[in-house]
Amino acid sequence: MNIINLLEYFETTVNHNADKIAVRHNDTKIDFKELKNYSMKLGTYLSAMFKDSVNIPIAVFLPKEINIVIADLGIMYSSNHFVNLDVKTPIERINNILKTVKPMVIVTSSAYVANLTGLSIPLVIIDEIELHNVIIDDEVLLKKRSRLIDTDPFCIINTSGSTGTPKGVVLNHRSFIDFMNASGELFNFDGSEIIGSLSPVVFDIFEFELCMMMRNASELILLDAFLAAFPARLLECLVKNNVNFIFWVPSIMVNIANLGLLDKMELPNLRLVWFAGEVFPTKQFTMWYDKLPAAVFVNLYGPIEITLDCTYYIVKERPDENEPLPIGIPYKNTDIMILNDNNNICHIGEEGELCVRGSSLAMGYYNNLEKTMSSFVQNPLNTMYPELIYRTGDIAYLREDGNIIFKGRKDSLIKHMGYRIELGEIEHVVENDLKLVDYCCAVYNSEKREIVLFYENQDELSVGDFRKNIGRRLPSYMIPTEYIKLDVLPRNTNGKIDRLLLKDKINNM
Amino acid sequence: MQDVLDILTEIKPEFDFSDSSDFIADGMLDSFDIINLCDLLEEKYNVTIDGLDILPENFTSLNSIQSLIIKSKGESK
Repeated sequence: MNIINLLEYFETTVNHNADKIAVRHNDTKIDFKELKNYSMKLGTYLSAMFKDSVNIPIAVFLPKEINIVIADLGIMYSSNHFVNLDVKTPIERINNILKTVKPMVIVTSSAYVANLTGLSIPLVIIDEIELHNVIIDDEVLLKKRSRLIDTDPFCIINTSGSTGTPKGVVLNHRSFIDFMNASGELFNFDGSEIIGSLSPVVFDIFEFELCMMMRNASELILLDAFLAAFPARLLECLVKNNVNFIFWVPSIMVNIANLGLLDKMELPNLRLVWFAGEVFPTKQFTMWYDKLPAAVFVNLYGPIEITLDCTYYIVKERPDENEPLPIGIPYKNTDIMILNDNNNICHIGEEGELCVRGSSLAMGYYNNLEKTMSSFVQNPLNTMYPELIYRTGDIAYLREDGNIIFKGRKDSLIKHMGYRIELGEIEHVVENDLKLVDYCCAVYNSEKREIVLFYENQDELSVGDFRKNIGRRLPSYMIPTEYIKLDVLPRNTNGKIDRLLLKDKINNM
Repeated sequence: MQDVLDILTEIKPEFDFSDSSDFIADGMLDSFDIINLCDLLEEKYNVTIDGLDILPENFTSLNSIQSLIIKSKGESK
């Protein structure tokens, strides 16, 4: 079957699984037929507001609860695309995102309206619009959908940008369909998956989980964000809900291992464990591997811009604790090119920039042609016709056995607690938006896993002053932990602040 | 008690912990903070906090954190 829109998967799934539970959150749950019903009602409601419009972004400002699943699917039914926002992000940053994305409307609930005062964008308050009374207009919804093609957007995911404004990555239906089909072939998903969904709704892993539900009739268990801080309670929730599949960032799994919880608790149901977004230290990985001998572990790799992940490594034997886990081999219908500084393919063992070719590429950054054109570029190895590749900025090499090994970053992008952070965004906010100090440079202490801010300024500022002010602009995971005043920040020969020197300084103290 | 308050303030100087009746519900401590806090408490009080005791109800207030330290002291001996 030639699928154009992810809703086609969902509708087939609903036809065969009407009474099966689609999503659970604490004591609430919704089955497939109800989820379809409410999503179509919201789709009809939104379509009535904005008649014929298709392919327009609609923001969602909701916490992780069943309503956000209805909102995302309802927006899909209106033939538009959703932009999930983090309800914990300071409103200034939300505003920055909204200024770029310009959504037609924001779907929220009465509990969150107060956070959105002063915006000029209309709100749809999902618990006040009496959704149950809306009469579904099948004809309108189908007519709108018939105008869509498979490269129309499914969603926009915002990620940190070095100029101080987040970038909205536009992801289309085709690339998710491709990823889901390839994953389905590899792992034989059949609807028996019970997924412990821990990702924030602004992560692409959440969209993957929605697709698992839509395509495979997998059940989603929405886990509250605070559980990440309390691993023992988190593991209890997995057991209680019979979770058998998790797709998490390594930070939380490392924490569970370090706390010794794998020796103290049983996880009888887990059979598939995916992780991505960060390097999983092999020592802690083997603790998981030893704990769950029957489970399949998969290390995935990929920036948002290539839709979820572009390589995977199924761990088939116990890794050597001193060796990094490979990021593996390319996904089906994806080509990985590791290019050296001369834009030639690297030979085995030679480090270069990992570049991606395939229909998995995002459409680009929303309303930001300049950034789009600097990362999505002509394939340098093809001079005959237009063909885009995505330059990830990640350094990797091909090992003799055919597996790719991730080495690090070309620039100042870091992964902290699973979040992707442009250190430049923090610096921009501190120097230009808040004008707290004359000059600053943020670096990552990879051992202590904390962000350190070096700064140059007449006066010394207290940590409290820094944190209070930065917290008004940036989410808590982006606020530096340590602040170090220097008389002058080191500069390189071009007069630019020498980030590498500062990074070495902090990582070799 | 003052010591615990000092440690909390050191981690999150932007919050007034004496003014909150539930640190977790008020969103004052995320996963990163809890790890830091446990490290600092273990160092300060020379105890080992059992991973099984790192539960939300043990971090809601100064009192609950104090009780956790006492419990950990008993178990560490």
